Amino acid sequence: MELRRTITGIVNFYVDGFRHMTWGRTLWIVILVKLVIIFVLLRIFFFPNYIATHRGTMRKSDFVRKQVLKEAPPPQRTPGLGQ
Amino acid sequence: MNHLLLEIAPSVVDWSRAQFALTAAYHWLFVPLTLGLAVIMGIAETIYYRTGQLSWRDTARFWEKLFGINFAIGVATGIILEFEFGTNWSNYSWFVGDIFGAPLAIEGIVAFFMESTFVAVMFFGWKKVSRGFHLASTWLTGLGATISAWWILVANAWMQYPIGQQFNPDTMRFEMSSFADVALSPFAVDKFLHTVTSSWLIGAVFCVAVSCWYLLKGRETVMARRSIKIGASVGLFAALAAFATGDNSAYMVARTQPMKLAAMEALYNGGKSQSLTLFAAVNPFAQPDYASQKEPACRIAFPNLLSVLATHDLNGYVPGINDIINGYTDNEGQRQPSLAEKVDMGKKAIDAVALYRTMGNKSEKTRRTVADNVKYFGYGYVKDASRTVPPIGITFWLFRTMVGLGTFFMLFFAVVLFVVFRKDISERKFRWLHILALIAIPLAWICSESGWMVAEIGRQPWTIQDMLPTWVAVSDLQPRSIMITFFLFLALFTTLLAVEISILCKQIKKGPEHSNNDTL
Repeated sequence: MELRRTITGIVNFYVDGFRHMTWGRTLWIVILVKLVIIFVLLRIFFFPNYIATHRGTMRKSDFVRKQVLKEAPPPQRTPGLGQ
Repeated sequence: MNHLLLEIAPSVVDWSRAQFALTAAYHWLFVPLTLGLAVIMGIAETIYYRTGQLSWRDTARFWEKLFGINFAIGVATGIILEFEFGTNWSNYSWFVGDIFGAPLAIEGIVAFFMESTFVAVMFFGWKKVSRGFHLASTWLTGLGATISAWWILVANAWMQYPIGQQFNPDTMRFEMSSFADVALSPFAVDKFLHTVTSSWLIGAVFCVAVSCWYLLKGRETVMARRSIKIGASVGLFAALAAFATGDNSAYMVARTQPMKLAAMEALYNGGKSQSLTLFAAVNPFAQPDYASQKEPACRIAFPNLLSVLATHDLNGYVPGINDIINGYTDNEGQRQPSLAEKVDMGKKAIDAVALYRTMGNKSEKTRRTVADNVKYFGYGYVKDASRTVPPIGITFWLFRTMVGLGTFFMLFFAVVLFVVFRKDISERKFRWLHILALIAIPLAWICSESGWMVAEIGRQPWTIQDMLPTWVAVSDLQPRSIMITFFLFLALFTTLLAVEISILCKQIKKGPEHSNNDTL
């Protein structure tokens, strides 16, 4: 009973707060529009996870190894490492 | 001579860097004001709590309103940086994922939710919770924002001074070996203190400037005078603290990123008893011929001061760019390897990583070779010494901009404090000071952004110091696609900034809401 009253109190606190907002309404509109742009438009259409979309069947670590070593100068065959 | 700004090559590295810089610079317009105003509104509300005067509550509510506007517009703008990691900087993102995961998760879960929970109590709770609980919520909102900054700066500091990790050639990433070393790295502590105190300075400038605008208009003089007292006190403290933490930053940079310090000072050839440059004719748009010049032209310098800053010793040894390339013995008598030696070690590490998965029973030996040389992994990709030297001119001038404006703000707040406590600052004869305060608003942001640019441009070409250069960290994308999102962000952030300035100006013109009686 006590817990229920506490939860109801918290919910009412927020409901009342949002209901009686004046200048805050504009800010919430800005926040919501911004979040939609960031998480829907930008995230889905412009920022795919590069490794996930390009690695094919390779393990992520092998894909990164391949990418990173692609930029490396030809191996110098360090003495003691073999091959 | 290589024109750095005038001939930006349309490469994927340049566009990715430009996009990240744009996003970070815009994000940083909002963050320091949030951190700074949190202190101003916290102090105003504490005075209300102690005095019970409703006019102080009106003052606190006014600054909380401006804080709320900035908080709402700025919130989540930093998320885009994390998107860019995964798309544009995928190799880097994979390398650091294990290190950054914990700090960024803590930032998101603890700090952000703490901030968001208490900000609701702060705005909705004036008539619903006790004065003490409301005051605690106001301070906890600011504390949440500050803790948030802490974890972001821990991640940034690790890139500048990697510590508490080991490289695993199986997973191809740095793995955290000590959370405490990462979270409490001396570089992170110093960066946090310097960043937060400089943010308080921005909040203080904003507070003093808005209050001076009211004095210019002959409005809200009581609130303006008391806000100036708070703002100028916080501002002078912040400026002095930023100066002290900045001094420690220089010491840390000298020990961990000597090339950055050499670029900040345009120090081509170092030595003992080095002087600190006040002015020198360094072209900000072109890389100087550091290899053959002794020092920049028209140099005016303070004797021995650079040695004091960098080593805390009047005659300490500070290496120049050519010394770092050729190798030198540091102030503690330790020999630092030359570029050629670092390149050799970097190549050993790269070779070992390349061979690791095909070595069978020798793999443990190869793993040790990786571990022994990974500190200079990135140098294995360096084909030309000039690629390890950051843009000297820009770093040199941005450093002077930051220090010059920081010094200006110290004097500015000292004068404002004197006038507001000893004279009547609302008098017309102090109109020059009111106008100066308004001019100081953009200067505060220029100072702060300059500091960030010195820290980031000065550590080029490294995304992870000495271990991963930008051209290896970047994803193999088409420059055109990054270019499109660059301009999309430019439009988005400029719109957000315009909206923020418009709402802020509207609320400032409206002014605080006044309670009828001044006591509870």
